[in-house]
Amino acid sequence: MDEFVQLWVYLSSTPLFGLTATLVTYVAALAVYERVGRAPWANPVLWSVVVIGAVLVVTGTAYPVYFAGAQFIHVLLGPAVVALAWPLWQRRVEVRRRGGPLLLAALAGGSVSAASAVAGAWLFGMPIDVMLSLAPKSVTAPVAMGIAERIGGVPALSAVFAVLTGMVGALSAKYLFDLIGIRSWAVRGFALGTAAHGIGAARALQVHPDAGAYAGIALGLQVLLTSVLMPLMANLLH
Amino acid sequence: MNVVRGLAVLLLLQAAGELVTHALGLPFPGPVVGLVLLLACLPMAWLREPVAAAADALLANLSLLFVPVGVGVITHLDLVGRYGAALLAVIVVSTWLGMATTAWVLQWLLRRSPDAETHSDTHVEPDHG
Repeated sequence: MDEFVQLWVYLSSTPLFGLTATLVTYVAALAVYERVGRAPWANPVLWSVVVIGAVLVVTGTAYPVYFAGAQFIHVLLGPAVVALAWPLWQRRVEVRRRGGPLLLAALAGGSVSAASAVAGAWLFGMPIDVMLSLAPKSVTAPVAMGIAERIGGVPALSAVFAVLTGMVGALSAKYLFDLIGIRSWAVRGFALGTAAHGIGAARALQVHPDAGAYAGIALGLQVLLTSVLMPLMANLLH
Repeated sequence: MNVVRGLAVLLLLQAAGELVTHALGLPFPGPVVGLVLLLACLPMAWLREPVAAAADALLANLSLLFVPVGVGVITHLDLVGRYGAALLAVIVVSTWLGMATTAWVLQWLLRRSPDAETHSDTHVEPDHG
């Protein structure tokens, strides 16, 4: 038992732990997700976070210890944001032809998400830094962190809110769109990518190629729009 | 090999983006500037194959990349305890409002654009199911 504890203490303090835990848990969560026919509730990000989070809390492992290994996955978010140019480029003819409607829809959806989140937080009497961290939650986590830093929010909180937002979108989009009668895969994908960024786009990509492509466009557009407009808005309000 | 080459291009452009934002004091995150730079570079045909390989590899596994930050929620369990239900309500409602608004606005604009009329409605709604 003592040896086992020592082994655990050793292993859990090397970067190997965080990296392995993340990949193994995600692969397992993905297998379950495939097994149940990609049901929204089985979202692999949600279950990976829940399982790893629970393991850390139960074993008393600090987040920085985990992150020392997980950062090797985390750093890839940067190039992934740059890579969003690729789906935009591939669909450039469509983006140009439908540019007006796409831009307006992205602007409307992005503003409503941000404004309703800030208003809701204000209604519940949440502190100002929580409100400001909620504002960029509809853009992908690494960009949300960058924006939060510039407008006076807490980057770590923003990342968590962004991930939660993505999971809510990925989990509920199917039911919401069915409920309000949105049937076009392009429109469904675009809305999912706009309000629920990368996690929503990943879900859209798994459901239908058209939905995935439009979610990719939406994700890229939202990153650009929010990064430009939100700091400007914050400056005006200050 | 193409994936590695493409990744090198993406990282190089991200670094260039960080450099530009810091040098000019721009209010955008570095990778976003990198995205714009990549869009500007893609007309160069020789870049496309490696970039496509790396982009497809990264974007196909995009959800994995969110796991490390997502686990960060355990560092804010006190906040979750205090505002948990309210925070969840705010996030859920605002996400639904955002998705519904985007979908409604886009559907409405696509239906009334001349482009949609000439292609008939089937173009706007390619398939259901």
